[in-house]
Amino acid sequence: MNIVIENVSYHYGKKVALDSVSLDLTPGINLMLGPNGAGKSTLFLLLTGLLNAKSGLIKVNDFDYQKNRSSIMADMGVVFQQSTLDLDLSVQQNLLYFAALHGISPANALDNITPMLAQLELADRLKDKVRTLNGGHRRRVEIVRALIHQPKVLLLDEPTVGLDIESRALIIKHVRALGDSLGLCVLWATHLMDEVRERDNLIVINQGKINAQGITSQLCKKYNAPDVYQLYRQLTNNCEVM
Amino acid sequence: MNISAYHYCFNGIVRREILRFLEQRSRLFSSLIRPLLWLIVFAAGFRSALGVSIMEPYGTYITYQQYITPGLGCMIILFNGMQSSLSMVYDREMGSMKVLLMSPMPRSFLLFSKLVAGAILSTLQVIIFLLITRVVGVDIEFYGYITAIPAIFLVSFFLSALGLMLANLITQLENFAGVMNFVIFPMFFLSSALYPLWKMQEASLWLFWICQYNPFTHCVELLRFALYGQINGSALAVVLGASVVSAVFALSSFKARK
Repeated sequence: MNIVIENVSYHYGKKVALDSVSLDLTPGINLMLGPNGAGKSTLFLLLTGLLNAKSGLIKVNDFDYQKNRSSIMADMGVVFQQSTLDLDLSVQQNLLYFAALHGISPANALDNITPMLAQLELADRLKDKVRTLNGGHRRRVEIVRALIHQPKVLLLDEPTVGLDIESRALIIKHVRALGDSLGLCVLWATHLMDEVRERDNLIVINQGKINAQGITSQLCKKYNAPDVYQLYRQLTNNCEVM
Repeated sequence: MNISAYHYCFNGIVRREILRFLEQRSRLFSSLIRPLLWLIVFAAGFRSALGVSIMEPYGTYITYQQYITPGLGCMIILFNGMQSSLSMVYDREMGSMKVLLMSPMPRSFLLFSKLVAGAILSTLQVIIFLLITRVVGVDIEFYGYITAIPAIFLVSFFLSALGLMLANLITQLENFAGVMNFVIFPMFFLSSALYPLWKMQEASLWLFWICQYNPFTHCVELLRFALYGQINGSALAVVLGASVVSAVFALSSFKARK
């Protein structure tokens, strides 16, 4: 499973959000680092088919969105930056609804959900209303939801922003394990420096342009940067990081 | 995707809407309070002013309350249709609409399922309203409730589709006030919901013709006849046609984001 993005541009009115972006994403962790407003969320909306690129081409596993939207969506799991859970429904009801949207029966969905919730320490919250969960727990539910249909691509748009240390650590560990064990192609957008690892495929985006892409350690060598922090500052004209 | 996948998807969408409705009990209350106020207060006040009459499908003299009941039922549907579809404007930007549109099912099928789910909810609310009207003396035979169900469902589907069409044109939820002023109120008042069209004809011929061309008039008449176990053929044709046109237009022009 791979994602190919070729010369994709998008603008909101006169404001350019993405400017001739080209990327090649392969299985494993692809970590997209960039400041707020860099174009990460726009790229996610394009990858999820919620926006149409003004120019350029996006292909997921050689399928393009115009002809094979259904096949692409069937293999894609997404956690959006803003929560999209229904607060008035329970965890189970939210998850079964999403499973239904993928044509999965409630019984099969429950079989998939149960072990994932246990891994994310949420097994006992299945019947609870989402409204009663804290931010970290809601994020974990969204991750389970993104995986119900066993996708091959997982898109995470700043999934750990605003979470406590424990929830962040659990989510990072879980997603990295998924990338390793299931061979998922994970595109993980973040502006949090400590989420980057040496062997990640790092993508640095700023002002709608890809400034660098490659294995983190190799990029550091190439740009003669002692660490990711310095690398990032070099590539983004000294943008501050968190 | 096979047939069973479509089946699970459709069930999931309908089930979610019903669950949400059951969780938000105030929605039922607020949807019923407006027509009940019209029925109990407005109709009582105007009862003698407008008098009573014999007209189809009624076989005898009826009270004004009896007359406006189908119109008020359609009022519930009109508000529901507009509100639920306009909530899509909000959802499109930041809520559940993203999740819905991430489904591998065809978007037209997803939106159609959502329209059907909305129509089922509206049908339930109108049936509850019609049962409550018995308390204030509106007399409907038992079979009338049964024969009204398909008419209510069809009207609900049409008005939901119309709402979705509007949602395609509206970019901000704040514009709902504009929809109230320019869509809901004109549709409601320029119809046979509150007064028979022959009375409108006596008052103003051009207003009469506007009412005649207003599809909401035909929604009201379809329900009025259905409550008495009758089919108003022309109303059925107009509502069916308008449903198909609005649904096709709404489903084909829906955009995930503006």
